[in-house]
Amino acid sequence: MSDIKKIKDEFLLKLKENLDSNQVNQIKTDLFGKNGVISSKFKQLGKVAEQERKKFASDLNSVKDELQNLITSKINDIETKEINQKLEKEKIDITLPERPFVQGKIHPVSQVIDEISSIFSEIGFSVKEGPDIENEYNNFTALNTPDNHPARDMHDTFYLDEKKELLLRTHTSPVQIRTMLNDKPPFKIIAPGRTYRSDSDQTHTPMFHQVEGLHIDKDINMGHLKGCLNYFIKEFFEVDKIKMRFRPSHFPFTEPSAEVDIGYEIKDGKIVIGEGDKWLEILGCGMVHPNVLKNVKVNPDKFQGYAFGIGIDRLAMLKYGINDLRAFFDCDYRWLNHFGFDPIDVPTNYRGLSR
Amino acid sequence: MKITTNWLKEHLDTKLNENQIIKKLTDVGLEVEDVYSQPSELDNFIIAQILKAEKHPDADRLKVCDVDIGSDNPVKVVCGAPNAKEGLLTIYAPPGAVVPKSQIKLVASKIRGVMSYGMLCSEAELKLSNESNGIIELSSKKYEKKIGENYLPKNSVNVIDISITPNRADCLGVRGIARDLATAGSGTLKKLKTEKLIQKNKQKVSIKIIKEKNQGCNSFGSCLITGVKNTESPDWLKKKIMSLGQKPISAIVDITNYVMIDLNRPLHVYDVDKIDKGILVRNSKKGEKFKALDEKDYNLEDGMCVIADASGVLGLGGIIGGTRSGTELDTKNVLIESAYFNPRSIRKTAKILNIDTDAKFRFERGIDPLSIEQGLQRAAELIKKICGGEISKFDIKKIENIKKSFVKFDIQLFEKMTGFQIDQKEIIKILTNLGFGIKKQKKLLLLTVPTWRPDILQEIDIVEELVRIKGYDQIKMIEPEKVRNKDTLNKTQKLFHFLQRAIASKGYLEAITWSFTDSKVNKLFIENNKEIKIINPISADLNVLRSSIFSNLIININKNLFRGFKDLSIFEIGPTFSGSKPGEQQTIVSGLRTGKLSRQSWVEQGRLVDVFDVKRDVIQSLVEAGYNKDKLYIDDETPNYYHPGKSGRIFLNKSKEKVVAFFGDIHPTILKKLDIKVEALVGFEIFLDNIKQQKKSLKNQKTQYKYSDFQKSERDFAFVLDKNFKAQELIEIIRNVDKELIKSVKVFDVYEGENIDNSKKSIALNVTIQSLEKTLNEEDLNKINQLIISTVESKTDAKIRS
Repeated sequence: MSDIKKIKDEFLLKLKENLDSNQVNQIKTDLFGKNGVISSKFKQLGKVAEQERKKFASDLNSVKDELQNLITSKINDIETKEINQKLEKEKIDITLPERPFVQGKIHPVSQVIDEISSIFSEIGFSVKEGPDIENEYNNFTALNTPDNHPARDMHDTFYLDEKKELLLRTHTSPVQIRTMLNDKPPFKIIAPGRTYRSDSDQTHTPMFHQVEGLHIDKDINMGHLKGCLNYFIKEFFEVDKIKMRFRPSHFPFTEPSAEVDIGYEIKDGKIVIGEGDKWLEILGCGMVHPNVLKNVKVNPDKFQGYAFGIGIDRLAMLKYGINDLRAFFDCDYRWLNHFGFDPIDVPTNYRGLSR
Repeated sequence: MKITTNWLKEHLDTKLNENQIIKKLTDVGLEVEDVYSQPSELDNFIIAQILKAEKHPDADRLKVCDVDIGSDNPVKVVCGAPNAKEGLLTIYAPPGAVVPKSQIKLVASKIRGVMSYGMLCSEAELKLSNESNGIIELSSKKYEKKIGENYLPKNSVNVIDISITPNRADCLGVRGIARDLATAGSGTLKKLKTEKLIQKNKQKVSIKIIKEKNQGCNSFGSCLITGVKNTESPDWLKKKIMSLGQKPISAIVDITNYVMIDLNRPLHVYDVDKIDKGILVRNSKKGEKFKALDEKDYNLEDGMCVIADASGVLGLGGIIGGTRSGTELDTKNVLIESAYFNPRSIRKTAKILNIDTDAKFRFERGIDPLSIEQGLQRAAELIKKICGGEISKFDIKKIENIKKSFVKFDIQLFEKMTGFQIDQKEIIKILTNLGFGIKKQKKLLLLTVPTWRPDILQEIDIVEELVRIKGYDQIKMIEPEKVRNKDTLNKTQKLFHFLQRAIASKGYLEAITWSFTDSKVNKLFIENNKEIKIINPISADLNVLRSSIFSNLIININKNLFRGFKDLSIFEIGPTFSGSKPGEQQTIVSGLRTGKLSRQSWVEQGRLVDVFDVKRDVIQSLVEAGYNKDKLYIDDETPNYYHPGKSGRIFLNKSKEKVVAFFGDIHPTILKKLDIKVEALVGFEIFLDNIKQQKKSLKNQKTQYKYSDFQKSERDFAFVLDKNFKAQELIEIIRNVDKELIKSVKVFDVYEGENIDNSKKSIALNVTIQSLEKTLNEEDLNKINQLIISTVESKTDAKIRS
């Protein structure tokens, strides 16, 4: 009995000292190793007189438990301390910059083309394209603009041959002609793309972007045109209300023709679309001229409908507050970065066109 | 077309105020572009004379002028006009005046060190004409005694500037505009007042229209007025002319301008005494010349409609008169011409000679052929009143009769096109007011088109007239249906959008550059393609369509380098051109990278961008677009604008049908030629049109999902082989040893140098081996190892490196 107590006292004293993990482990071995003090005692159990054996065992077990617990907690303490010391040493300045990353950008014109396509997709338009180089026929003549027509003066055309038969399209309208020649009505298309006019000043660039729209069916009238454009403008500018004005105008390839203005005001030096009493012209449209339909072998007595043309660059400027058209094509890294869109930011209907 | 409300009210009886008129104009399709008060801006502009003009001490092109402005002391003005000279009478604007054209307020300031008080003005600056070459030269006779007076009378009437669309020739006169407003319910059109003229004598000047092919003139009306005294216009007329920002010249000239603006009836007046015998209206012959009223000499081609006399060309009919027969203040006898010229002929001539005049602008759009007499009447009345003289009878020569045009109009068409109705009574009222003759024919209206509306040819034109007068606000909006029967995008378009965003997501900024470029730069990237010239380029450095997007990207990379950027990644997706016919173009995604990755990062070692960066960008994008990386095939044949040793081309598979992309370092000689200083410049071109569309959609391409949980093993090999042997081939040989077991082959080292023959290199690969059926034991693995080595050694001259 006193033997066990002696062991207990002796080791409790040892364990009280300030020990490192090696020392504690040594004590553990001294107690519970193969030849440890406690292990040896257990081996003696058989030799203890029967009447004392029970008590001996019980005492021994309780000392064993007590010492073992103490050792375990001692080890835990030391480990915790060591980890804490290690962590303390590893501490870094977390405010240092992250590893470098690069962010690409989508040009505002491309983004706006995707927005436009997304809006018209909802109401059943498909996207068509046409070549940048056009012949004189598709760009003018088929569009009811014969060569003596003064309307041609409004298109400062780039030509590719001396006979002036090949040119860079001055508008996206020739896509109407190509689409209608290649297919049968009904037609419901939009055609975004590059267009060219020999014009360069503060508000004109020799290349710009348009989107053409064409909807031909049996009974499409100006009411549908108005509804379609009202829908588009509202969706595009992401406003609930839009002030829109249809004004009579003239384009050789539509009749009746209209120009569309939207209401705006200047608030804190910024343009606000949909309010105010100022008008801004944003597009031209009209009912496709029967001569155009005849030129593409569509019977104007059976089919009719509307067409429109919108300047994409201008839409982008209005929506995203860009002042200078020329900067669109200047390729200034700072500008591209500032006005560009993250490539993940794909315009969709369900989560809104823009963020 | 510029008008004032006062002038408009001479033809229109209306209760509307100016703002209401302006709104109504726009509503009927006569778009008001601008409203401004012209004369009040000109209040400050003073008649002045240059007393002395000396060269500016520090500027060759400037002169320092002493200018008499009617005050005690002359003022000093620095002037750049070439015609500023001693004695010249001109117009002076003092500091504080606002220049009408630029809207800049003048201040006294030093110009190259010399103080200048105010400015001497050109006609363009005062918006009197487009003449901007030099300052105004006033005739000394008229203005000598007026130095110090205001050049323009004080007045503050608003000028309403209307943009007239090309179809509305009739609204290039105030009366036509009044007619539209009256029809739209804004008042009533007043009757034209005509005075009875005393016309005793015949018109004595012989006039002949030659009947020949393509004669551009079919009627020529004239009136001779003898014994006139041409003077300065009376105030009312001057004011009228000036209120629209035009310059009064003399009564006779001002009267013709007045009639043109008032009735849209261009006229021309000849000094009869300068006409050699009679007038011949004929086609010109190549080589004929004349000096026109714009002081320019014109050399004519064959077949232009000219007004001539026995000595030659007097003027271009309907476009511009000549100086030889022009009227002056001492002109005694005048012949007024009021003719009809064919729009097509006018347009052709004006285009060839590059002339634009008010008369040409009107004739090419179509003048009312029945207004000939009306024009003569009005001009004769006014000349008689202001300049006196004897008026002859009107002489009207015609070579063909005027054909009336008719349109059958089915009232139903209106609703069919516009979606709303107007009743027949109202339709008849509108059309009558617009000048149509109307006969009912069962359900149809048989309409006689007014002669001043050459644009009206068919039924749809009538619909337009009705709807614009009725008002576009009457059109009811029909909400679009949200139905989609066809795909929005086709496969190519989807690929376009996909690659665009895939490339951008690799850190490139998307640029949009011109489709044209500088031929000098384009030549560097043109290869065997044709150069496609633009006949009329906007500038010499944008004179060809681009053969490659690189030309513009590289020019713009250079601009950005000048802006101080070093590390750039830009790309563009768009067309390049291989021919000048429609369709001879391709869609290309092309990108360039310069400089370093991770420049000056505390955490990562910076390094120059290299060919394997762009190779990754291209291949990753293709993989993201749904193409199998393991099938891609790469070789090293590239265009000569790439570094020959550090560039490659990519095919979708080994059959090498069409090149899908090029990538590589840009050839150093190109950098040298363009004087571009970069640490590194790599680029790529992906040819969208060459990427074969997959037959199956991506969702149907997925193979059955198979995976293995058995242990996988990795083995490393190093082979020594010929320097020119391609890693791509080695990988393929190894992969083909056992496609089931070999999961991946990775190159982890390439070594040339010590311990290896000069003509050899060593490639070290890591091969992952795993079975779907069992855990491979040592024996299996050894077997496959041996097989890899023996296969490689037998198929190539490679040796395993021990």
